[in-house]
Amino acid sequence: MEPILNVENLTMIFGGLKALNNVNITIEQGQIAALIGPNGAGKTTFFNCITGIYEPTTGDVTITPPGKSSQSLKGLKPNQVTQKGLARTFQNIRLFQGMTVLENVMIGRHCRMKAGIFGALFHTHAQKNEEKKAIYDSYEILEKIGLEQYVNEMAKNLPYGAQRRLEIARALATDPFLLLLDEPAAGMNPQETKELDDLIIWLRDNENLSILLIEHDMKLVMSLSDKIHVVDYGKKIAQGNPEEVKSNPEVIKAYLGDESEDA
Amino acid sequence: MVTKKEIKQAFFIALWFMVLTFPIMVIKVNTIKNIVIFRWNYLFWIGIGTFFAALTWNYFLQLKENKQKTETSDDIPLVHKLLQNARFKIPFLIVLAIFFLVYPFIFPMYHTSIMISALVYVMLGLGLNIVVGLAGLLDLGYVAFYCVGAYAYALLNLHFGVSFWLALPISAVLGFLFGTLLGYPVLRLRGDYLAIVTLGFGEIIRIIMENWDSFSNGPRGIANIPPPSLFNIDLNQHNTVIYIYFIVIALVLMTIFFVARLEDSRIGRAWIALRDDEIACQAMGISKVKTKLTAFALGATWASIGGVVFAAKTSYINPMSFTIWESITILSVVVIGGMGSAIGVIAGAFVLILLPEYLRAVAEYRMLVFGALQVIVMVFKPEGLIKGVRKIYKFKKVEE
Repeated sequence: MEPILNVENLTMIFGGLKALNNVNITIEQGQIAALIGPNGAGKTTFFNCITGIYEPTTGDVTITPPGKSSQSLKGLKPNQVTQKGLARTFQNIRLFQGMTVLENVMIGRHCRMKAGIFGALFHTHAQKNEEKKAIYDSYEILEKIGLEQYVNEMAKNLPYGAQRRLEIARALATDPFLLLLDEPAAGMNPQETKELDDLIIWLRDNENLSILLIEHDMKLVMSLSDKIHVVDYGKKIAQGNPEEVKSNPEVIKAYLGDESEDA
Repeated sequence: MVTKKEIKQAFFIALWFMVLTFPIMVIKVNTIKNIVIFRWNYLFWIGIGTFFAALTWNYFLQLKENKQKTETSDDIPLVHKLLQNARFKIPFLIVLAIFFLVYPFIFPMYHTSIMISALVYVMLGLGLNIVVGLAGLLDLGYVAFYCVGAYAYALLNLHFGVSFWLALPISAVLGFLFGTLLGYPVLRLRGDYLAIVTLGFGEIIRIIMENWDSFSNGPRGIANIPPPSLFNIDLNQHNTVIYIYFIVIALVLMTIFFVARLEDSRIGRAWIALRDDEIACQAMGISKVKTKLTAFALGATWASIGGVVFAAKTSYINPMSFTIWESITILSVVVIGGMGSAIGVIAGAFVLILLPEYLRAVAEYRMLVFGALQVIVMVFKPEGLIKGVRKIYKFKKVEE
């Protein structure tokens, strides 16, 4: 079977800096993959390149949504990438502060809705049904994620952990086949991290999703991931299952430094 | 209470102001008699005035800080609370409706005329609210679309005899097109840069109208624009004003109705998402291009309709009615009233347009007062007079 995401020779150059250098990553359907590496290794840049926020200098990103044929993401705008079925969350929470929790999720439904100006002004039959369905779907997603008690709360007033979960809910609302989570556990306490762990596994098993996450919490990464990709200084230095990566000398060097260097 | 430190601070502020205003307030040069008069008593009053103003300012600032500590920032404004209460809402709306119905019959024509301009500003404010308040795009050239509407009616009538009623939809479409026209080049711009380009656009439209003599009659303007017709009945001047008044009321109601619908629609949510976070908004699958263009286009539509009413009401227009000051007045209505809040904008329009009309004494200092008001609002009530609230969706209890 073809991988659902195939990234080939991805290179991103900012001025004189090679933020990503020939990175190759593939993700299989139903996989939870992790992208790890020290700070500044280029993990978020990788996300930004895939989701169309940056245009990569060279390289190809090909997706094969389950049951569909392969297509390239080259030159697509972020909203078009989302429409193709890649949804992401952000490292520093980027919720829509001035909207309620439900409306935040409804924004995710936006790209699956059609109503235009005319429908909005005259409340056509189609628009009303679509709106009703969007409200219903969004509420359902909130229930799944466990945020339904906040439904009409302003997003900015939510506790930190709930804001992180709301970002996932919002991403889910776009009907993705691949979820890209940028440090979903950042700033969470052990209890919240545990809940997140369960949520991610639940998402894979029940929502038929594949997940790629960037994370610094090694306990979470090791327990969750089927496959781990390690980058350092924009270069991919290792990949494999948690056991392999843990014992890889390159990875240990990247995280802990070389003994001879320290002397 | 007032501490020693605060008094000391107020004292220095007063001293600083005395130095600052010394050249303009104290020294008066009489160029005819070649003498310089020093008005020292002015200096004294400025000192006293600033001293107490500084103390009050400080007092209110502290009051606000204490308030923030005790309550959450998201309390619903009183007006919204009252309007959500059906027992209050219905009588309130009835009283309001009766007031506006009898208004032109109990007040003289002059007052009705002023009310018409206030209502036109309500329309303009609600239109600009789409662009600035909801979509977060700072537009300083909004008056351009007002100008487009007014000239569309005046010119179409002059050359083709197009009536008021036909001019309304035509100029609405024209406004929509011009909004898109402005939207395209500024798609990539944000914040200050956007403000400057829109400012330029507003000026360009005015300057074109001023200089393209063969097209727009230049600075002489266009006169004898007919008021709206009513089944070919001849109306005297007073009745015409009353007639226009009711047309404007109808248009304002239509605007409120449509803008409210837009706000809680798919498009409206996309605007707010764009305002709150442009990158996240795109990452959630919203097209930035479409969202920005619809905001500009729909905002411009209301301005254009307002322009037609303006031309019909004054029966004479020239480019001087569409200067940057007009844009700033409309922007003030939105900012002071409450960005993103329809009720706030309506209240803002009445306060900012009616007050200067009735306080003729300060009309000369209108811009000064607007500026001061804006500073005060920004410091003490950054969300405007009446804050906007989002729609509450009700859900049935989910049975376990």
